[in-house]
Amino acid sequence: MDALIEKLKGQIIEQLNLAEVKPEEINPDSPLFGEGLGLDSIDALELIVLLEKHYGIKIEDPKDGKTIFQSVRTMAEYIKSQGKS
Amino acid sequence: MKHITSYAHIKHRRLTANGSLIFDGSSSGSLPEFLTDAYRAQGMSYPKYHKMDTLCKLGMLCMEAAVKESGMLTEYPLDKIAIVLANAASSMDTDRVHQASISDKAAYFPSPAVFVYTLPNIVIGEIAIKYKITGENAFFVSECFDAGLLLNYLEALFHGETQAAVCGWVEADGDAAEAFIFLVEKSNKSSNFKPLNQEAITELYNQ
Repeated sequence: MDALIEKLKGQIIEQLNLAEVKPEEINPDSPLFGEGLGLDSIDALELIVLLEKHYGIKIEDPKDGKTIFQSVRTMAEYIKSQGKS
Repeated sequence: MKHITSYAHIKHRRLTANGSLIFDGSSSGSLPEFLTDAYRAQGMSYPKYHKMDTLCKLGMLCMEAAVKESGMLTEYPLDKIAIVLANAASSMDTDRVHQASISDKAAYFPSPAVFVYTLPNIVIGEIAIKYKITGENAFFVSECFDAGLLLNYLEALFHGETQAAVCGWVEADGDAAEAFIFLVEKSNKSSNFKPLNQEAITELYNQ
């Protein structure tokens, strides 16, 4: 799980152009939206693209995103639950 | 009486404000490197900048340079400040990136973060958000820099409630990148500033 979390941090930084953020600054349990990384609605769409592009996971119902994208850890757990890690 | 109270240029990867060099990236590096280095050279702290396309980055850098020594943003109500910009290539630079992301059906991954920049007036929106400007705005696409077009529109705005304006030309097309932003104020400021007219706009653009 830790390896997947570290990999995800790098992918999120690259996909969302978080040029001023370093992987070690991302707390895997901090909220991705609102506080924490302070992502916005366009970033949410980019995270959906990231899951499809890198892990072949399609999120059919955008409402699921609220749970999946709570934090880097919840993203990693979801990827693992889909058997795609 | 309206005056041009400040201006900034990005030309040949050099950022200048009111004739003074702010950052020179002309001798080395790529355009993306220039855009990042010039951002750092200005001491800007706005993480969203890194998510923007080239057109918006050019506009933001030039605006920051033009407004830095100006009191415009505090001297006028922000809803009385207009933004009027123009260019020739519209959002073509980002349109190409988006096109590339959807051209291969086997690797069809259009990026929402790219798609949102496939309109040229987004640069106005980004400037408006950063500086909290809520006045009139317009973006024109013309074959080349047209001081008369900008002047006519500014005059119309100043007949209304507009008291100050951010105006200029922001162009991104492949490796060709250029920006010119000038600030116009309707005030009794000293005659050290250039009166707003077509000759003055053209002269400053050609500097």
